Amino acid sequence: MIQIKDLHKSYHMGSNSLHVLKGINFNVKEGELVSIMGSSGSGKSTLLNILGMLDEADEGSYVLDGVPIKNLNEKVAAKYRNEFLGFIFQSFNLINYKSAVDNVALPMFYKGIARKERVEKARHYLEKVGLADWGHHLPSELSGGQKQRVAIARALASEPKVLLADEPTGALDTTTSYEVMDLIQGINDEGKTILVVTHEDDIAHMTKRIVNLKDGIIIDDSPVEQVRAKQYV
Amino acid sequence: MFNVERWQEIFETLRKNKLRTFLTGLSVASGIFILVILLGFSSGIENGVTSEFQQDATNEIFVRTRITTKGYKGLNPGRRIQLKDEDFAMVSNNYDEFLEYRTANYSIWGGQVAYKNETGNYRVQGVLPDNQFIENADIGKGRFINFSDVNDNRKVAVIGNKVSQDLFKAENPIEKYISIFGIPYKVVGVYFDPGGEREESQVFLPLTSARAAFNGGDNIRNMSFTVKMSENFDEAVALSKNVTEAIEADLKEKLIIAPDDTAAIRVNNTLEEAQKIYSLIDTIKAVFWFIGIGTIIAGVVGVGNIMIIIVKERTKEIGIRKALGAIPASIIGMILQEAIFVTMFSGLFGLIAGLAVLEIAGPYVDSPFIKFPQVDFGTAITTVFILVIAGAFAGFLPAYRAAKIKPIVALRDE
Repeated sequence: MIQIKDLHKSYHMGSNSLHVLKGINFNVKEGELVSIMGSSGSGKSTLLNILGMLDEADEGSYVLDGVPIKNLNEKVAAKYRNEFLGFIFQSFNLINYKSAVDNVALPMFYKGIARKERVEKARHYLEKVGLADWGHHLPSELSGGQKQRVAIARALASEPKVLLADEPTGALDTTTSYEVMDLIQGINDEGKTILVVTHEDDIAHMTKRIVNLKDGIIIDDSPVEQVRAKQYV
Repeated sequence: MFNVERWQEIFETLRKNKLRTFLTGLSVASGIFILVILLGFSSGIENGVTSEFQQDATNEIFVRTRITTKGYKGLNPGRRIQLKDEDFAMVSNNYDEFLEYRTANYSIWGGQVAYKNETGNYRVQGVLPDNQFIENADIGKGRFINFSDVNDNRKVAVIGNKVSQDLFKAENPIEKYISIFGIPYKVVGVYFDPGGEREESQVFLPLTSARAAFNGGDNIRNMSFTVKMSENFDEAVALSKNVTEAIEADLKEKLIIAPDDTAAIRVNNTLEEAQKIYSLIDTIKAVFWFIGIGTIIAGVVGVGNIMIIIVKERTKEIGIRKALGAIPASIIGMILQEAIFVTMFSGLFGLIAGLAVLEIAGPYVDSPFIKFPQVDFGTAITTVFILVIAGAFAGFLPAYRAAKIKPIVALRDE
């Protein structure tokens, strides 16, 4: 699903140049649930941004589902993001004046799906994350865990190839974190490819493979015995 | 552009910022309001001035005489200059090819006019048939003085509508006899004049019979001509000016008046005056447009400013949208549409308010130089176009900024 070869990325700040990614080689097969770990400054967020086409690498190749991601203009990048990727953020990033249903329906709006179908599908995905009765609520009326569930429903709504989660439990307490991970595991069980960036060990062990980043290179990439989140919920 | 969700979003953001929206809208609305009122008044000035001019033909040349103020060729100053038929004949012949209408007038002072028990004082003049066109008199009933009346010395009269109303009330004056200083004249026509009541309170008699009855001999009080109009207004003005000067010179020579005696004989031409006034109106119009557009620009800058703030506030939201697959064009569309909507809505509000004020107050405004201010449909449409363009301008820079927002920057957790 994802093939990355010799990826480099530097940031320039004034006269200083910061080499963040120093040659990443990394493949993800369909249906995998991978966590990317590393301390802050290890380059894990940069890697995720490149994977999410929010940022572009300086060197190296990135192929997503057979499509080379290179020199995209904004329009094409937006189209690919919409078609291939679902984002889950640490701070949820819901649009605060839109109801849960409308938030979930938004990626489908950019896909050009008719309003009626959008709302129907959005309700379906909200039901899937256990928020069937909360559709008309605004994000401000939801708890942190509920907001993240809405965000997950939104990420699923565009039926992406890959889900990218950037610290999905970073703003949540332990119990809620496990609930969210349980949901993510459930989605993975259905066959969706998911990448999770985290710095929490327990969360990482709830995935099937841990990729450890340090100072811009992968120092360890190994499968793990998956801990089911269900038992803690 | 026409999808429900986009509109819902616009209304939602506007509703959340009621005061801000109201103040922004107010600046645009007052801009348009002021523009409409100014344009209304410029058309009012135009109406007023035009109707001042319409009481007589605009291409008139008017000759009248007074007393000499300078001695010339052995003649003393203080001599009364009296125009005669031969003077009129000379001017008519010399400038025949340039003149359209011509009339010589003989006024009867303090013209007391009576019909049965009703009497009134009106300006009574003996005239030639062409006077109808020079005075811009519209015949309402009957006819004007004609050449047979003049040649046959007929005792007939054409009266103004005001005279008819005063003396005859509802009665039809045609074929009735009025008496002027006790001499009976048969009314053959009633005329209207765009100049209004003052111009309609006159009585016209044939020049010959007026003079015969009031011992006028071959005296003329004044004479009027109109110059032939050419297609080009400026040419017509130049012609009118030249003819006026030539007539003045001819008459001064014939009547032995010093060339620099400006009081003894006056030859005025309305066309030159008209041109001055019309160019003044054009200037006033241009100034009013300038002020109005300036006010709108101030309003539009306000809208643009607010939109920039809105874009700033919504940076994160725009980042989210882009991450979810919004193409730059859809972001630009979103911001532009909001800007155009705010300008359009408040602008139309100002336009309607302005039109309403003109509609209600306009008809009461009827002073000599400002008459019935109004805005025609074409102007209203023009202002609407200005609004749309202004809205687009107001939204362009903010929208461009919004499109440039990088999702990765917008989504960075602070």
